[in-house]
Amino acid sequence: MFWRVAFSIAASQLTHRRRQTVVSVLGVALGVGFFIGVSSIMSGSEKDFVDRLVNSAPHITVKDEFRDPAKQPVFIRFPKAAVKLENVKPREYLRGIKNYGEKVDELSQRPGYVAEAALTGQAIVRYANKDMSASLIGIDPEKEKLLTRVAEDMREGRLERLRTASDGIVIGSGMSTRLSLKLGDLASVVSPAGQVKRMKVVGIFHTGNLMLDYGQIYMLLKDAQVLLDKPFIANQLRIKVPDPNAAEGIAAALEARWGYRSESWQEVNRDILGLFIIRNAIMYSIVSAIMIVASFGIFNIISTVVLEKRRDIAILMSMGFREADIQYIFLMQGFIVGVLGMLMGWAIGWGILAILGQVEFTVPGMADRQGFVLDKSFQQWAIGGVFSLVAAIGAAWIPARKASQVHPVDIIRGAV
Amino acid sequence: MTGAARPEEGVLVEARHVTRILDLAVPVRLVHDIELKVESGEFVTITGPSGSGKSSLLYLLGLLDVPSEGEVLIGGKTTAGLSSNELAALRLSRLGFVFQFHFLLPEFSVLHNVMLPMQRLGRLSERELTERGMALLDRLGIADQAEKMPDQLSGGQRQRVAIARSLGNDPHIILADEPTGNLDTKNSEVVRDIFRRLAEEEGRTIIAVTHEPAFAEAAMRNVHLVDGEIVSDTRHPD
Ligand SMILES: Nc1ncnc2c1ncn2[C@@H]1O[C@H](COP(=O)(O)OP(=O)(O)OP(=O)(O)O)[C@@H](O)[C@H]1O
Ligand SMILES: [Mg+2]
Repeated sequence: MFWRVAFSIAASQLTHRRRQTVVSVLGVALGVGFFIGVSSIMSGSEKDFVDRLVNSAPHITVKDEFRDPAKQPVFIRFPKAAVKLENVKPREYLRGIKNYGEKVDELSQRPGYVAEAALTGQAIVRYANKDMSASLIGIDPEKEKLLTRVAEDMREGRLERLRTASDGIVIGSGMSTRLSLKLGDLASVVSPAGQVKRMKVVGIFHTGNLMLDYGQIYMLLKDAQVLLDKPFIANQLRIKVPDPNAAEGIAAALEARWGYRSESWQEVNRDILGLFIIRNAIMYSIVSAIMIVASFGIFNIISTVVLEKRRDIAILMSMGFREADIQYIFLMQGFIVGVLGMLMGWAIGWGILAILGQVEFTVPGMADRQGFVLDKSFQQWAIGGVFSLVAAIGAAWIPARKASQVHPVDIIRGAV
Repeated sequence: MTGAARPEEGVLVEARHVTRILDLAVPVRLVHDIELKVESGEFVTITGPSGSGKSSLLYLLGLLDVPSEGEVLIGGKTTAGLSSNELAALRLSRLGFVFQFHFLLPEFSVLHNVMLPMQRLGRLSERELTERGMALLDRLGIADQAEKMPDQLSGGQRQRVAIARSLGNDPHIILADEPTGNLDTKNSEVVRDIFRRLAEEEGRTIIAVTHEPAFAEAAMRNVHLVDGEIVSDTRHPD
C-alpha cells in the first residue's frame, strides 16, 4: 500500500521538473536502444558464425600427426647425456592413422557420435584443356552428410551418388564455372603420385565460401586411396560429438589416448572465438559508458529534487514518515526514470532492429550478398532493461540516502 | 466524521528533567531541566521571549528531537531509547503538528495533502480516506477548496488545511508552533477558535507556542519560558 503513496509523491516531484526528467529518460533510453541494436548484431553474427563452424566442419579432427616430434631412441636411453648429437633428424613414421577402421567402429558405438575415416591430399582437376588445383578428400558419403553441411549445400546432383556411380567426384560451383565442368561430365584428376583417373561429376555444391567452391573436391575414400597411392591408409578421423561444447575435452582425451593430434573446432578457431570476446568487451564498455553518463543525469535531477524538497521531506518526517520511507520515495524516482528509459529504449531498439533488418552488403570471401544476422532473443531486451534499472536506481541511491538523513528540526527551524 | 478523540485519562505528555544541549563547537543550551506534565484534554500555551527555547521544547515534546538529558513520556510511556522508526510511528499515530508555515506539498491538491498522513498509516481504504479528508476540511470550513492547489489558497485557508492534515490520524495530541504567527488578526481569531474547539469539544490535548496574548488567554494554562527554563506555569480559572 505504501508504495502508492511513495509513487504519487515521487511522480509528482518528477513531473514538476519535466524537462530534466525527459532528458534523463532519453539518456537511459539511448543507452538501452543502442545496446539492443548493437548486441543483436554482435550476438547474432557470433551465433551464426559459431553455428556455421559447428555444423559445417567436424567437431573433432584426428590427424596423423604428433604435436611433439618423437624422441630419438638415444635421448630416451640417455636423458641427461653430456654428448650432443648434431643433425639427428626426427624419426619418420609411415604416415596414416593405425587401425583406423577399429577406431571408427569404436567411436561410432558411443551414443550420439558420428565417426568417419578420411584421406586428404592434393590433386589437379583437368577438363577441356584447363587445370585447377584442388584439395581432395576421400570420404564416406553417408557419414559426411551427418558431419558437415556439404550434402545440404548441393546445388546439382547428390553427395550420395558417389556411392552408386563408379569413380564419381563432387566439385564446387566455382570450379564448375571456371572449368565449364557440368554434372555428368568426365574430368581427369591427377595426383602428385602420378596417378590419373577419369572421374564423373555427380554433384556440384555451393557454400558461398570461395575457397571451398573453387578448390575442394569430394570422392569416396577408396578412390582417394587409389588416386593418392595410399592403399588402406586414412590420415584423418572426422568426428561429430553429441555436445559441441564438450568437443575440446573429448579431443584432449583422444589425443592422450592415441597420441595423434586431435583438433577440436574450438582449437582451430581459437583466434576468432577470442575476437568475439574482445568484441563483446568493447560493446559492453561502450554501453556502460553511455549508462554512466545517463546515470549522472539521473543523479543530477534527483539531487536537485532532494535539495529543493528539503522542506517537504522535513514535513513528511514530522508527520511520521520514516527515514526509510523518504529513501524509498527517492529511489522510486530513480526507478520511474529507469522504467521509462527502459520502455523507450526498447522502442528505440525495436526501431534500430527494423532498420538493420533491411540492410544488405557484400563481404569479401563470400559470393552472396549478406544481411545482418540479428539475434532477436529475449536476452538482449532483458539485459538492456536490467542495465537501465541498475543505472537509474544506482544513481538515485546517494541522493536518496542524503534525503533520508535530513533532520526535520533543522529545516523547520530554519524555514523562516 | 472527524472522529472525536477518545478521552485518555491522566498525564498524556510529560517532560522529566529534559535538557537539550546542541553539541556544536561552542555548545548551545536550548532548554534546561524542564519539568512539565500535560493532562489529557488540556490546552496549554508556551510563551516567552524570542530565543527562549519555545520551539526547541515543542520539538522535544513532539519527538522530532531527542533530549540530551532527561526523558519525554507519551501516554505514560517513556520514549527514551526508542529508534527513529519507533519515534516516527508514534508521531504518525499519536501526534499532530502545525507550524508557523503551512508546509503543504505544492504538487498535491488540498485534499491529497490532508490525506497523506492517513495514507502513510494505511488503516483506511482509499474511499474512506477521501471521505475522512473531506469531513476534516468541512469541519474547518474549507471543504469547497478541496480540489485546489495550495498556492491558490489564502494564508488563513492554508493554515486551516495544515490543521486538517494534523488531525488525519485522529491524534490525541496536537503540537503547534506559532500557528497564527503568519496570519492577520481575523484569520488568527479563526485559527485560535479552532484550537479551542478541538480542546473543548473533542477533548484533544493541545500544546501551542505563541507570541499572541489573545491566544494565550484563550488557553487553559500558560507556561512561560525564559532562557530555556520554565519560569511560570499558570492555570486560568474557567
Ligand atoms: N542550530 C542552532 N545553532 C545555534 N543556535 C541555535 C540553533 N538552534 C537554536 N539555537 C538557539 O537556541 C535558542 C532557542 O531557540 P528556539 O528556536 O527554541 O527559540 P524560540 O523560543 O522558539 O524563539 P522564537 O520565538 O524566535 O521562535 C535560540 O537562542 C537559538 O538562537
Ligand atoms: Mg520558535
